[in-house]
Amino acid sequence: MSVNEVVAGEPGGPAPAEAAARPPSSLGREALRRLVRNPMAVVGMVLIAVFVLVAVFAPLIAPYSPTDNSWLDQVRPGQYPGPSAEHWLGIDPLGRDVFSRIIYGARQSLLIGVVALALGAVAGIALGVLAGAFGGWVDTTVMRFVDIMLSVPGLLFAIAVAAMLGQSLTSVMIAIAVVNVPIFARLLRGEMLGQRGADYVLAARSLGISRSAIVFRHVLPNSFTPVIVQGTLTLALAIVEAAGLAFLGLSGSDPSAPEWGRMLTDAQDTLTSAPMLAIYPGLAIVLAALGFTLVGESLREALDPKFRR
Amino acid sequence: MTLLEVRDLSVTFTRSGQQPVRAVDGVTFDVAAGQSVGIVGESGSGKSVTSLAVMGLLPSRGVSVGGTVTLDGNELTSMDQRELRDVRGRDVAMIFQDPMTSLNPVVTNGKQLVEVLTRHAGLSKGEAKTEAEQLLRRVGIPDPVRRLGEYPHQLSGGMRQRVMIAIAIACRPKLLIADEPTTALDVTIQAQILDLLRTLVAESGCGMIMITHDLGVVAGLCDDVHVMYSGRIVESAGTKDLFARPSHPYTDGLLQSIPRIDDDDPADLLHTIPGSARDTVAWDRGCAFQPRCERAVAECLSGPPAVTELGTPIVPHPVRCLRPVGEDVSLHEGNVAR
Repeated sequence: MSVNEVVAGEPGGPAPAEAAARPPSSLGREALRRLVRNPMAVVGMVLIAVFVLVAVFAPLIAPYSPTDNSWLDQVRPGQYPGPSAEHWLGIDPLGRDVFSRIIYGARQSLLIGVVALALGAVAGIALGVLAGAFGGWVDTTVMRFVDIMLSVPGLLFAIAVAAMLGQSLTSVMIAIAVVNVPIFARLLRGEMLGQRGADYVLAARSLGISRSAIVFRHVLPNSFTPVIVQGTLTLALAIVEAAGLAFLGLSGSDPSAPEWGRMLTDAQDTLTSAPMLAIYPGLAIVLAALGFTLVGESLREALDPKFRR
Repeated sequence: MTLLEVRDLSVTFTRSGQQPVRAVDGVTFDVAAGQSVGIVGESGSGKSVTSLAVMGLLPSRGVSVGGTVTLDGNELTSMDQRELRDVRGRDVAMIFQDPMTSLNPVVTNGKQLVEVLTRHAGLSKGEAKTEAEQLLRRVGIPDPVRRLGEYPHQLSGGMRQRVMIAIAIACRPKLLIADEPTTALDVTIQAQILDLLRTLVAESGCGMIMITHDLGVVAGLCDDVHVMYSGRIVESAGTKDLFARPSHPYTDGLLQSIPRIDDDDPADLLHTIPGSARDTVAWDRGCAFQPRCERAVAECLSGPPAVTELGTPIVPHPVRCLRPVGEDVSLHEGNVAR
C-alpha cells in the first residue's frame, strides 16, 4: 500500500528508496541471509537436503527392497555384477541391490544421528546450564562429573553399552549420545561463564532482574550460538561414529539390515575383486558428514558477531 | 532533604595469598533529591567501585564492604540480595559507560524495557509496551514503535545510550547513578546525552550521582563535586566553589591539565601531573598523592592527612591535605601545631 503511494506520488521520478521498505530484521534472519550467500553453506545445505529427502522417502526412491536377495543367481564367487540399468550400483555378494541398500542406509544414519544428537545435546545442555548458572560448588561438581565422562574412551564405552544392553540400535544411539554429553556441557558452561561477566548482565542485575531471568533470558540466549554450531558438527560426527560402530559389529543384531558401516564390513572380504562395494557406502558416509560439517562451519561464521554488520 | 546517605563506605578486595586491597576507604557523602553530585577521579580511584557498592552489586566472595548506605531512610547495606533486587531498578538505577555492550545483543530494545517495567512497576505486557513507547519518546528517540522492535546493534551509540537511559528511568527511580555515561560516545553526542540527563533530573526531581573523570561534565551538570584519589575523597565542594578555588593539589593539577581555548601563547605547554596513580602511599602511612605532589613536605608522610575545612558550616569545602593550594602557609603551620 505504502509502496503504491510512493510510486503514484512520483510517476516519472527516480525509484523510491528501498530503505523505506526495509523490514525490521531479526538476528536469525540476518544470519540466514549471510549463510545463503556463502557457497560452502549452499553446497552443504544441498547435501543435507538430498540426504534427508533420501532418508525420508527411501521406499519411494529405492527400486527394490534392501533385503531382497533374488539376484543371488547372478553372483559368482569373485564376480559381482557391476552397475547396470536394473541395478545402478550393482549387486552385492548376497545378491542384493546395492543402490537400494545405500538408500535405506541413509535412513539408519539419519535416525541414529538425530536421536544421538538430541539425547546428547539435551543432557549436555542441562549439565552446562546447571554449571554455568550457579558456578561455585555446583559448577565444580558438575564439571568433575563431566571430566569423568570425558575420561572414558568413547569406543570402550560403546562396547560396554552394547555388552550391557545387547547389540541394538538403542545401544549405538546411547553410546554416541553419551560421548557427546561432555562436549555440549563444557561448551555451554564455558560460554555462560564468559557471558556472566558481560556488561549487559551487570546492567540487568542493576535493574533488579531475578537470577533465573538473567540466566534464561539473558545469559543462555547469548551463549547458545556455539551450541547450535556444535550440534550441526555433532550430526556429522554421529553419522561417522554410527558407521564406525556398525563396522565393528556393534549395531543392530539383524545382519541383513541396510547400514553403511556394516556394508563396509561386508565389503572387506571382496575388497580386491569388487572395491566399489566399499567405495559406495564410504562415499555416502563422507557426503552426509561433509554436508553437516560445511553447514556447521558456515553457521559458525554467519553467527559470529565479528562478521556482523 | 537527604535522599542518599553514604557514611564511611569502605570496600576491600581480599584474595587468598595476597595483600587485601582497599579500593574505597571512608567515603562519606550525601545526595539530596533533585541534586546532581559528581564523583571525579582517574582510573583506579575507586569511583566505580563506590557506585557498585551503593547498588550492592559487588560480588559477595572476596569483597568486604564496610560503612552504611541509606537510601530514603532504608539502609541498603543491611539488606539481603532478595530485598536489594526489589530496590534496584525501582528506587535506584544505573546508567553504564558503554552502551555498545550494556544492552543484551540478542533481545529487542522493547523487550529489555518491558522486562524492567513488568518487574517493578507491576504493569501488564501490553501496558508496559505503551509505557516503553512513551519512555523512548521522552529520551528523544524518534519513531519509537519501530525502535522497540529493533535490536541494539541496529542503533547508533548515542541512540543506545538513550535506550539505556530510558531503561534506567523506566520505574521512576529516586536515585540515578550514571557511571561515565558519555565516555564511549563522541563529543557532539556527549553534549546531547548530558542535556538529556540534566532535563530528566530537573523534571523528575530524582537525585543523580555522576561518576566521571571529565571535569567538563561535572562543570556542566553537577551541583556538588567529590574528588576521589586512591579510594578516598580528597576534596568536596560545590561545583562553582571547586572550580574557583581548587584546594587539593590533585584537584588543582586536574584543572590545570585541561587545555584552554583562550590560551594563545603557544609556548605554554599543557600542565600534567607527574607520575601515575600507581605511585601511591597507603593512606594510613600518609597522603596517597604525596609521591606525585609538587607541594609535598615531610609531614605528608606522617600518618593519614587530616581534613581541613576551608568552607563554612553552610557551604562546606573540606580538603584532605596538609598544604591546600592557595592557603597561607602560616595558617597551615598553625593547623599542624594545634
